[in-house]
Amino acid sequence: MTEIWRGVWVVAYREILRFVGDRARFLSSFAMPLLFLIIFGAGFTRTIGALAQGVNYIQFMYPGIIAMTVLTSSLFAGMSVVADREFGFLKEILVAPIGRTGIVLGKAAGGSLVALIQALVMLVLAPILGVKLTPTLVLSLIPVVIILSLGLSSLGVLIASFMQSQQGFQLFVQILIFPLIFLAGVFFPVNNVPAWMEIISKVNPLTYGVDAIRQIFLGSAHGLGVTVFGHVMTVPSEMALVGVLGAFLLLGAVIVFNRQE
Amino acid sequence: MKAIDVENLSRRFGKIEAVKEISFAIEEGEIFGFLGPNGAGKTTTINMLCTLLRPGGGSARVNGFDIVRQRSDVRRSIGLVFQQSTLDEQLSAEQNLRFHGYAYGVPAALREQRIHDLLTMVELYDRRQHKVRTFSGGMKRRLEIARGLLHLPRVLFLDEPTLGLDPQTRKHIWDYLHDLRQRENLTIFLTTHYMDEAENCGRIAVIDHGRIVAMDTPDGLKNAVGGDLVTFSTADAQAAAQFVREQYHVEPQIQDGQVRFHVTSGETFLPDFVREFPQRLLSVGLRRPTLEDVFLSLTGHEIRDSELDAKDLMRQHMQRWQR
Ligand SMILES: Nc1ncnc2c1ncn2[C@@H]1O[C@H](COP(=O)(O)OP(=O)(O)O)[C@@H](O)[C@H]1O
Ligand SMILES: [Mg+2]
Repeated sequence: MTEIWRGVWVVAYREILRFVGDRARFLSSFAMPLLFLIIFGAGFTRTIGALAQGVNYIQFMYPGIIAMTVLTSSLFAGMSVVADREFGFLKEILVAPIGRTGIVLGKAAGGSLVALIQALVMLVLAPILGVKLTPTLVLSLIPVVIILSLGLSSLGVLIASFMQSQQGFQLFVQILIFPLIFLAGVFFPVNNVPAWMEIISKVNPLTYGVDAIRQIFLGSAHGLGVTVFGHVMTVPSEMALVGVLGAFLLLGAVIVFNRQE
Repeated sequence: MKAIDVENLSRRFGKIEAVKEISFAIEEGEIFGFLGPNGAGKTTTINMLCTLLRPGGGSARVNGFDIVRQRSDVRRSIGLVFQQSTLDEQLSAEQNLRFHGYAYGVPAALREQRIHDLLTMVELYDRRQHKVRTFSGGMKRRLEIARGLLHLPRVLFLDEPTLGLDPQTRKHIWDYLHDLRQRENLTIFLTTHYMDEAENCGRIAVIDHGRIVAMDTPDGLKNAVGGDLVTFSTADAQAAAQFVREQYHVEPQIQDGQVRFHVTSGETFLPDFVREFPQRLLSVGLRRPTLEDVFLSLTGHEIRDSELDAKDLMRQHMQRWQR
């Protein structure tokens, strides 16, 4: 057991170390979210006007963009597994007395921490966009981001277990990311769309992550929240759903990683 | 207790039998070498001994620990330098070592002391804060050796430790290894397909197609070939060979007009031979057999053959890519 814990923290520690040491990666990871925020924000905010009382389009989109940052950042925890395999470092980790389970948990935890840092950095935009930040808001955002990103990093590691090259991984994740983001209510409320789209969006677990983050920023009174069978989802129920799914993904990653040679 | 004790270890990959029932034992403090061409099964053996790969059959103990049932104990007691680099190139030399120290649970004070001592020993202390990405091949290999020793292992495994390095750097690395063995009373298990490198080992196992075909000290192996090699040339090689056969009861070979045969203690044999030989000698030579001769006589092929094959294949690949 101590071996697993030691594994978790050394592997996670290295993820942070690499993240901090790589300024290019840090900056480029904000490129896409910023691009969406600026272009879609500038393009639509005036046309669409207020979506609800006191909520304009860019304020609606902003929490979704934070969720999107968490998604891309977490999935790329898997990228580091593939890169380690390609550059040989994975062997150094595999022969250390830390056990496979520790490695997977460490990669997921590291990916999750990196995602949390990125989400928090995104908060500097809030004042510019006219979104009010309070200590309560930030404190309730942290656990939500951690739960969401743990599940998504586990998914990343799980995918990585089947991938031999970084290009392969990147391609697969890119193909996965776009439908996940576009059908998760990042850019428009999912309640008021054609039925087929509504079904897909409400099956997409990311939808609930996006909605939870949005509720933390905008409250639940705006009436834009996701409804399932007529019930408006609350943040705790959404987190329970995302958390359970994430736990399964984590378990899956641990099992698959332990089986491989 | 033996440092390494292997019994009938086997492993197959699909149809390929990479390692076939090999058995050997290594004493503590030995430098033991696996000599064999590419694809002989050297890396597969190391991977099984360091618990990265499950054996297909047989058993092995490393430092007294079973490689299947006591994997963590085995891992903690060994150091590893793989054939390909396993450093994190984005981190500094020091960060790589520190990560290793954390992963093996080395106490903080000891860890920092070891990092300092080992980096000094491999002459990288001045470069400790530089990213590994900026290191040359020789520097990386030295750093990996230092890292492999950080947690005070009792056995150090080195898979082709000097592959792709220039002769000067290779010698340098060997100086470290000899020095280390004395200083840390280390057992060293290494693989190589360089003949001259195998000379550094106390004992050698010659491995070919997954089997150990001979195991002895370098000198013992050379003696087993039949002692020193005498070569000479005369006007009539056939008649000369006939004379050698009748007079000394050995079977000579004729190669490029030269007659070659093995004798024990060539230094005392040669003066007698020159006196007794009836024809005029054009040239006479005497040399100790090399490991190359050993490998040839044991396996019937040269170790270079397969090495060339691998290089050719690589070259073909490169050309295909460039097109
Ligand atoms: N993971 C693997 N999958 C399939 N075949 C392998 C694998 N690893 C090694 N082999 C095969 O096993 C044989 C021995 O390989 P290896 O132990 O790497 O040789 P060496 O290290 O002596 O060059 C080779 O024929 C090689 O192709
Ligand atoms: Mg090899």
